[in-house]
Formats: sequence, structure tokens, C-alpha cells
Amino acid sequence: MYVAVKGGEQAIESAHAWLAEERRGDLNIAELSIAQIREQLKLAVDRVMAEGSLYDPDLAALAIKQSRGDLIEAIFLIRAYRTTLPRFGASEPVDTGAMACDRRISATFKDLPGGQVLGPTFDYTHRLLDFKLAADGETPDAPSRESVPGDVPHVTEFLNREGLIEEAPHDDTPPPDLTREPLEMPADRALRLQALTRADEGFTLGLAYSTQRGYARNHAFVGELRIGKVAVEMDIPELGFAIEIGEVTLTECETVNQFKGSKTEPPQFTRGYGLVFGQSERKAISMALVDRALRWEELGEDNVGAPAQDTEFVLYHADNIQATGFLEHIKLPHYVDFQSELELVRKLRREAGADQVQEAAE
Amino acid sequence: MTDQAYNFAYLDEQTKRMIRRAILKGLAIPGYQVPFASREMPMPYGWGTGGVQVSAAILTPDDTFKVIDQGADDTTNAVSIRSFFERTAGVATTTATSAASVIQTRHRIPEEPLTEDQILVYQVPIPEPLRFLEPRESETRKMHSLEEYGLMHVKLYEDISRHGHIATSYAYPVKVEERYVMDPSPIPKFDNPKLGDMAAIQLFGAGREQRIYALPPYTQVVSLDFEDHPFEATKADQVCGLCGATDSYLDEVIVDDAGGRLFCCSDTDYCTARRAQGHQGPAFLDSEAVA
Repeated sequence: MYVAVKGGEQAIESAHAWLAEERRGDLNIAELSIAQIREQLKLAVDRVMAEGSLYDPDLAALAIKQSRGDLIEAIFLIRAYRTTLPRFGASEPVDTGAMACDRRISATFKDLPGGQVLGPTFDYTHRLLDFKLAADGETPDAPSRESVPGDVPHVTEFLNREGLIEEAPHDDTPPPDLTREPLEMPADRALRLQALTRADEGFTLGLAYSTQRGYARNHAFVGELRIGKVAVEMDIPELGFAIEIGEVTLTECETVNQFKGSKTEPPQFTRGYGLVFGQSERKAISMALVDRALRWEELGEDNVGAPAQDTEFVLYHADNIQATGFLEHIKLPHYVDFQSELELVRKLRREAGADQVQEAAE
Repeated sequence: MTDQAYNFAYLDEQTKRMIRRAILKGLAIPGYQVPFASREMPMPYGWGTGGVQVSAAILTPDDTFKVIDQGADDTTNAVSIRSFFERTAGVATTTATSAASVIQTRHRIPEEPLTEDQILVYQVPIPEPLRFLEPRESETRKMHSLEEYGLMHVKLYEDISRHGHIATSYAYPVKVEERYVMDPSPIPKFDNPKLGDMAAIQLFGAGREQRIYALPPYTQVVSLDFEDHPFEATKADQVCGLCGATDSYLDEVIVDDAGGRLFCCSDTDYCTARRAQGHQGPAFLDSEAVA
């Protein structure tokens, strides 16, 4: 006979113990160190920092280790930790024009001041499995040269001198803070960009790709893509001026988009913008395309009903921590709701005479 | 044992203050969805983060806390949330409804009537009763502010014309104090009559959707219906196989390979207490009766 089982607590503990064991895997294989993950799985670390909205490579590496390489789970760990941290203040806006670039390319100009710098990229590698890597990971030293000191001007500035691209006026309005205020519509561009920079890479990529295939097409040129370190400066009230408190690696993408003009704007190029923690070109470019698509209203373009133009749709569904939580919650017991649905379906079937039909068939 | 690395009940005091403000606003405007800056919690969105944040904001060290999921204290997520507050707040916990000062619930209202000394905290997945009629938040907020609920009545009417009944069996929409249409969270409609005129404070937290709403004690709450199709609270037409209760909401459990069924109280505390008082259901008298 059925007796209500009271095993929940014990079962949860045992499941967690098993999980810990599985995480470690075969004890004859050396354990991964945080430093190994940080150094050798850097792009995973970068993604966790970007979507976790917390710049700390060691914590991100720890999260990846703890989550067994499930990056969304790792992002979740970082987000949950992040909310417990006190907030001391906000930094000055970072100056990406002063970035120490590891990589800086423009698809719109063959050459330009500051030069094309390929940097450490997968581009042009042949995607052939390198079996030598399975045997040993030794790599020859890469050639090096002295870096050219000085700022690297943004490509869009060159277009701007001719008035060919829309102005991006300086704006000192403090941006809203997605992590401290509820997300409410309508969302201005600062808020949209904030949501996009921590948005799921896959979701952002899919949306950006959809614009390329005609769902709100806004043909984008990569005006510039740059990856490198920027200084983070913070105003210290006791000192009365800003000092550098550290460096972060960022990926920045500025797109130059076709624009035929509208009732309110003359024909000119328009901008899309992407900025992401760490090295993540795919995410930064995707972000720029989606940003541009979401700007249809302020540019006086038509809303063609494409998903990438729909701010509510994009912003409310781009956060993978919200999405995965709600998606996976359907694993939780729902037998009370299901019971009420059972009663309803039985009642409706009874009244529809479905039971008799079945009996007659038998 | 309290985890000293975190503030009492996990959230920092500023965040709790922000949540308390939202709760107070919600109590002042019953049924109105108050946006609040929901925090990432160490459990996933959709798993009760709204309820957990509300509980964290209202718990005091003297409280006695109870958590139920589907009416039961021993379902896995209820166990997990209870142990979270044992760890971060060190509050006393209980499974006895009458002994609890704060009860966090998912999908049920306890069978035992609550008192003025108690607070019931609901976990809410989708706070917007109009969401599945209109997906846009900007639109639904406008509809609430204009008290434009025609769409909801049309939906209910279409149910009747198609099925002969209102085909909503849980998360059945209610109207609060003749003003706001409110989602009571996915409780079975059997529980709807308990929402109105309740002695306890009822707080609703939706973490992922960043909304809090509330029903102060003794609020008028009416389930939407039509004069010729009045609201009807339904449950399985059975008695509890374990305690013999005829008035409680029942779960249906499949007990053997032949598909035999046992109906038993979804409220485990209610059922356990009744059995301790000597009540026995048909399952104890004759196990054949189960089928």
C-alpha cells in the first residue's frame, strides 16, 4: 500500500554527493586547477565573465570547474555570487580609444591609422583537428615586435568627419542599472545595450543572423573590431580625483550600416554597437547587429515585425539565467495543477460523450 | 546552524528594504503588480526566487517558517528552500501549519484556515493574468491601468461556448476589491475561495518577472465568472484514502502496474494531523478499495 514517502532530504543530499563525485571523474586522472582553466580555457572564462557580469577570471574559472564545464551553470554561479557583493561605486566610462589593442581590424578600409592587427584569432586557421595537440601541447614561440605607443583612433571617426555617419553625441546622463532596477519598457539604448552585453551568446547570435537573412535586414559592415586592455578608473572621494584601479580586457565592435534615410533623417551610415567583457568577437558583432535592429524606431524605419526589432521580445528573452531557470522549472512537481487538469479533461470528455464512444468501440 | 558568510536571510539590508517597500505598496494597492528589482538568488529563476526574496525580506529571527510545494512539506524543492533559510537565517522551521508564522507555498493554500498572526508567501511563475491573451508587458500594464478586462471575459466566454465550461482549472483569475484582475499563482481553482476574506496577509513574489503583489487581510477576492455560469471550486470526487477527509484537495497516485489509483490529501500536514487524531481512509480498511 502507498505511504507518503519522506525521503526528500536524504535523496537531495545523496544526489549532491554523487554529483560531486561525477564532477571529479576518474581519480587516476590529475585534477584540473583553477589556473589551468583560467589560462587554457580562456574563452570559456571570458564568456562566463561577460554573461555573469563580473570581471574576475579566477572566480569564472572556479565556476567552470564547479559546473563541470556547463557554461550557463557557471554563469549562474557567478551571477548568484555577484548579487551578494557590496557596491562601492561606479567607474569612469572606459576609453576604448586608448585601448592597448591585441587585435584591431576594419572590414571597411584596407588600411587605416593604427593599422590592421590580426592578433590571436581563429580566422584563417584551417579547422583540422590537430592530433599533435593530443600528444603534447608544446607550442613554438610566436614572433613579437614592439607595440606602437599611443591611442588608436576609431574608424567611425574618419567617416564622421565627412558627416557620412550619424552623430553619436556625447551624453552624460547616468545610464539606468539593470541589476538594481526592474527592467521596464520602453527601454532606452543604454539599457538595451546593458541587457545585450550580458545576454546569452547563442540567442544574440541567432537574432543577429536572422537580421542578415532578411528579418529586419540592415546590412552591416564591421567598421571596426578591437580587442585589448583598457584601464578602469574610479573617482575616489577622499582623493578628489580618479585613479586607475585595474585593467579589463574588452571586445568592441562598431558596425557601419546602410541607411537610405527616412522622413526625419538624411541618407547616411548608421551605427550598431557591441561591447563585451573578454575576448568574444562573435558576441560583440552579434550585439552590434541586434543593437542596430532595435534602433528602427529612433531612426524612423519601418517595423517589419521581425523578432530582432521587438525590444520586449529581445530583452525579456535574452537572459539565459532567467530562461534556463524557467525552462527547467517544469521538472519540478506540478501534480496539483495536473490533477485539476485531469479532473477538467475527464469532465469535458464525459460531457462530450467520448467515454460512450470508446465503450461502443470496445 | 547559520551560515555566517551571509547576511541574515541571505539578502543585504538595502535589498530587503527595497523589497519591503514593494510589499507595502502592494498591500496598499491590493492586486496591483509592483515592479521590483529582483536579485539573482542562489537557486534558479522559476524555482521560487520571488517567494524566497519576499520571505527573506519579512522573516525575523523569531519567526517559525514552513515551506510547502504542491501542498507537501517533503517535496524536493520545498526541502531545498526550507534548508536554505535554516542555513542563512537560522529560523525555526515546522511542518505544522498552525505552528508557522510565515508559510511559503507553491501551488496550494493550506487546508487549515490561517490566522491574523500568519503570512502566506506565494511563489509566482507568471504574475500577469492577461499574459496568455497579450504577450506584451507594455500592453498588459496599460490594460490594467484602464481597467480594460474585456479580453479576459471574452476568453472565458469562448471557453463556455466551446466546452460548456470555463476551461481553466488552475491559476484561475480573480478580481480584487472590484479593481485589479489578479493571477492567484497556479493554485487549483479549488483553493480560490480561500483567497478572499483571509485573516492572514498574502504576499505574491515573482522573481524572474520582477513583480510583487499582495492581498491584505480580509480583502474581497472574487473568481471571475458569469451569472449563468457561476464559478465552481472543483476537486476529485473521492475521499482521501489515507485519512478519509472529504473536504481536502486530493492528489491522484498510481499505485500498481494495473493502473490502480489512490487519492490522498495534497496537504501532507492536514492529512498527517487527521491520521494522528485517529481518522482512517479506505486505503487502510481494504487495500483492494484503492483500485
